[in-house]
Amino acid sequence: MEARKDFFLTKQKRAGERAHWELIQKANSDLLAPMLRTGPAYYLIVAILALLVLAAAGAWTYMIQTGIGQTGLHPPIFWGIFIASFVFWVGVSHSGTFISGVLRISNAEWRRPITRIAELMTLFSVIVAALFIFVHLGRVWRFYYLIPYPNQREIWPNFRSPLMWDAAAIFTYATSSLIYLYIPLIPDFALMRDRVTGWRRPFYRVLSLGWRGTQTEWRWLGMAIRIITILIVMVMISVHSIVGFDFAVSLVPGWHSTIIPPYFVVGAIHSGMATVVMGLYLLRKTYRLHDYIRLEHFDKMGKLMLLITLLWGYFYFVERQVVWFGGIPDEMTVLDAILYGSYAPQHWVMILFNFLIPLIALSIPRFRRWPLGLLVIGVMINIAMYIERILVIVPSLAHPRLEYAWGRYFPSWVELTILVGSFAFFLLLYVLAIKFVPMISIWEEKEGILHGRHEER
Amino acid sequence: MVEYRDQNAPPGGPYQWGMVIDLDRCTGCEACMVACKAENNVRIAGEDEAAKGRAVSWIRIERYWEGEYPNAQLKFMPVLCQHCGNAPCEPVCPVYASYHTPDGLNAQVYNRCVGVRYCGNNCPYTVRYFNWFEPHWDEPLNEQLNPDVTVRSVGVMEKCTFCVQRIRAGQQTAQKEGRRVKDGEVTPACVQSCPTEALVFGDRNDPESRVSKLAESDRGFGLLEELGTKPAITYLKRIK
Ligand code: SF4
Ligand code: SF4
Repeated sequence: MEARKDFFLTKQKRAGERAHWELIQKANSDLLAPMLRTGPAYYLIVAILALLVLAAAGAWTYMIQTGIGQTGLHPPIFWGIFIASFVFWVGVSHSGTFISGVLRISNAEWRRPITRIAELMTLFSVIVAALFIFVHLGRVWRFYYLIPYPNQREIWPNFRSPLMWDAAAIFTYATSSLIYLYIPLIPDFALMRDRVTGWRRPFYRVLSLGWRGTQTEWRWLGMAIRIITILIVMVMISVHSIVGFDFAVSLVPGWHSTIIPPYFVVGAIHSGMATVVMGLYLLRKTYRLHDYIRLEHFDKMGKLMLLITLLWGYFYFVERQVVWFGGIPDEMTVLDAILYGSYAPQHWVMILFNFLIPLIALSIPRFRRWPLGLLVIGVMINIAMYIERILVIVPSLAHPRLEYAWGRYFPSWVELTILVGSFAFFLLLYVLAIKFVPMISIWEEKEGILHGRHEER
Repeated sequence: MVEYRDQNAPPGGPYQWGMVIDLDRCTGCEACMVACKAENNVRIAGEDEAAKGRAVSWIRIERYWEGEYPNAQLKFMPVLCQHCGNAPCEPVCPVYASYHTPDGLNAQVYNRCVGVRYCGNNCPYTVRYFNWFEPHWDEPLNEQLNPDVTVRSVGVMEKCTFCVQRIRAGQQTAQKEGRRVKDGEVTPACVQSCPTEALVFGDRNDPESRVSKLAESDRGFGLLEELGTKPAITYLKRIK
């Protein structure tokens, strides 16, 4: 098809066409390179991460054997960093869907190098989040009670419980984000089937589902992507709202608030985007993808982050302000503890990292074009969002209505090991994925190059 | 008050168990705490765990100071599971381990519990206790475990049952004899051991029972009843 068109092109345009052709070839080899070349540093990183994951697995085993008392939890604080981590990782998982979904729906050209990086994040962080459901169970060996299976006694799970909604939501989200990741991968798998030799080849043959690249196939692919994109954005919003319901539907002072579900969604996108920026920076740096992940992308991501920062700040302010004006004593105890009391240092660091610094920095156009700066902002937002999750959970639980029962909480070494291990696990999955799927969607890049050609004409 | 959420309440059984706690009579002697521990195989957390805030006591005496020295007054308030008619701990349990019996008890099905601990968070009275470790009793305490009551394993939530084993025994005797349980026939361990009779237990369905009559008192109030939990325990105010 291309060749037939070429026939009618003028000489000059044909030269341009050739340049595009070269660009496409370059895209193929550049973007496949990370999968094919593996240096010693890579193995070292994998080994370190695997060790951390093993440590966490050990800690978890120890906790299962002896009891969940190995955590620092005690009444009235029954939830700690396991649930905070669960909420955090579900939050991170929103990066993929939000960024890639919204950018796909809005047909933003600059999405091309970002979508795959973000979608992989979604899948892996949902996996880590789901693990925390199990880590947190007191009797994890009875987890199947949460599954609705027919049994002689006709006991079903309690679908009135938000935790059931959670389990269902996470399962739905994991499945749909796997599909969402997979469908746009098919043409790339086909490319790899043709290019990659050795033991990986049979896998790609299966995974590419016999893709040949006919016009019909492309049309179907486009349609499938459009449909699932719209669906998954809705799933994403509902999933984090449901995580918000865990808190909002309770009676606990500080949790029982209608703004919590949407606030959680915004917070999730906040940390998700921060993680995507970190991923963009690191991949660009390690694999020298400067031609693909350009300053323009950091600039645009920066603008989006600025928008979310403002939105997050607004939600946060409304939530606090409503409580403050209501002045209900039980709620005020929690608010006081956060604003001026024992949680104040963490709280103000959180506000600084989550709102003030990103707001100022990202408002500066020159800053947005400084990748390292965005990396730093990304790290700060993620730290702050983690603190924020803790601040939702712990101060509220620490101040139940009967003040006799007030308590404090600090995580134990078991919890901290598992926490570190969870981060390592996420990174490990990601680092391993670099060898199996192209981090930047190759066909979308190439499509972008051709789109560029249209614009030139 | 309009009674929202009541569509979820189970149909009323023949009995509605309830308790009255007279704060004016409570001297804070903590006999109820000891009796409850002995009756219900409540584990001994030990010094270290207690220091971590994990002491277990299905009924506890809360102490509050009122006023400034020298006019300070010490106040006691026994707090146990309120067996809420509209219990916030129940709907949040994903596996129905926390459920309501037709005779108004908030029951905990230990075998069903998976240990998500949401019920513990959502109980506004903080009266749920978790088994952080496999329980054990030092010699010779292990010799005095009550055979009528289970020993709860690691990873499950537990709390006051209104001494359900005694209630069921009383009901069975009454059923055999073809009559209703008489007032005062069933007494939980804490009620039985209270030297000042600050605690009274009985059937709220029976208008003639002592609990029903006492609960009618002007001094009666429900703990945190503004939350709409409809506690089955009525507290009687202290007389100044
Ligand atoms: S007092 Fe707490 S544990 Fe008892 S029924 Fe009410 S909410 Fe549940
Ligand atoms: S009613 Fe029974 S289980 Fe409940 S506090 Fe009293 S003695 Fe303990």
